[in-house]
Amino acid sequence: MLKFTEDHEWLKIEGDVATVGITEHAAEQLGDLVFVELPEVGAKLDKGGEASTVESVKAASDVYCPLAGEIVEVNQAIADDPSLVNSDPTGAGWFFKLKLDDAGSANELMDEAAYTSMIG
Amino acid sequence: METPADLLKTPLHSLHLELGARMAGFAGYDMPIQYPMGVMQEHLHTRANAGLFDVSHMGQILIRAKSGELRDAALALEKITPVDVADLKPGRQRYGLFTNDQGGLEDDFMVANRGDHLYLVVNAACKHDDLARIKAALSETCEIEAQFDRGLIALQGPAAESVLSSYAPEAEDMMFMDVSELDIAGVPAVVSRSGYTGEDGYEISLPADETDRIARLLLADDQVAPIGLGARDSLRLEAGLCLYGNDINETTTPVDANLKWAIQKVRRKGGAREGGFPGADVILPQFENGASRIRVGLQPTGKAPVRAGAALFETDSGGEAIGTVTSGGFGPSAGGPVAMGFVPAALAAPGTTIFAEVRGKRLELAVAALPFVPSTYKR
Repeated sequence: MLKFTEDHEWLKIEGDVATVGITEHAAEQLGDLVFVELPEVGAKLDKGGEASTVESVKAASDVYCPLAGEIVEVNQAIADDPSLVNSDPTGAGWFFKLKLDDAGSANELMDEAAYTSMIG
Repeated sequence: METPADLLKTPLHSLHLELGARMAGFAGYDMPIQYPMGVMQEHLHTRANAGLFDVSHMGQILIRAKSGELRDAALALEKITPVDVADLKPGRQRYGLFTNDQGGLEDDFMVANRGDHLYLVVNAACKHDDLARIKAALSETCEIEAQFDRGLIALQGPAAESVLSSYAPEAEDMMFMDVSELDIAGVPAVVSRSGYTGEDGYEISLPADETDRIARLLLADDQVAPIGLGARDSLRLEAGLCLYGNDINETTTPVDANLKWAIQKVRRKGGAREGGFPGADVILPQFENGASRIRVGLQPTGKAPVRAGAALFETDSGGEAIGTVTSGGFGPSAGGPVAMGFVPAALAAPGTTIFAEVRGKRLELAVAALPFVPSTYKR
């Protein structure tokens, strides 16, 4: 199941674990990333909590936690090479895996059609 | 794309939109922040080839002495600037500063001796205040003409010389800080061999109604790409150049700001035209006694950019802030984060380790010599 947030994150949900990244639209808007700060594995985050920071040449932006849960894995590859987020935002450029407090909570998020229509 | 009604447009506005620029308000103008190439590639392209920048938002001001003697205009201007204007030779330009009574900086600018007049280029955000300041001090003895509607483009980078010379061969013979009127494709342009990227290049002043045509002509060369304000900022930061309003402002003195070189000996203590500018009683003693703080380069040890506003500390925990980062980001040519900021004079030696607070963590920085990337001016 693929879901999206208004903050331009995607979630690929398998069971009660969501793999989270930023959308192609977000990656394009941010421009070439030069730094990614990932959350700590084991961190418990609320929905909307600051999960990660991405920086382009010009500016720093926050990546928010799309749903409440616990960080169970992070993608060290994007910290080593932030350009992966630009070149493959929905694949190799994933950010972290989140064990959802409530697997049903993902239902409230947008599906791909709703997200596509939101970004116009 | 609609332009917010309160923003002004430069003569290149429609060209920016046509080129797909992402626009934003800057100093009251709707300006290109970046083009589809992106800040990173625009920056690298400028250092490797040539970049074309729209800087028409900056203020161009002409000053003529009523006496007809240029020296009278120069001496009049020296009443509001600490730099040596009177000894500037015809066809030469230099960096200038406007100071206030407290010794702080009201703006920085370029001033050229154009033979029968002085030609100034001042910052966009300050240009109306600068014009008022110049009029207040010089109106009795000088005619002052603001050319705020004229176009100004910068062509910067190692290919700038060959590109501009293909239209105006004399451009090749100009040296850094030379200023001359050149004919570019039938248009009389005031050209200086200068810029604000650390690269060799030119700033080209044009009549508003010819700016678009000349910009397109230069962009037609494969070596030239349009560059937005995003890359302009990272280029000038790597070059160690101050951004007025960020690195220098009304509370920083020329000595604080590490701009002593901009005040020539003739205006310092013991010089033939010592002082006589606002704040001289604060600034000149600082040449001997030093300032308590100074602007330095800051090189983060890690990969995280440290940006303007971050507080600086002497140690990795506790203690009071000792200074502030005034510009910071990622330097594409430096290949890592770069920054500038103010630190106490005792901590200003290159190699000194200090810390910046970023998102609640103390990140290690080394005080670094400026510039981060060597300049390539044609001297």
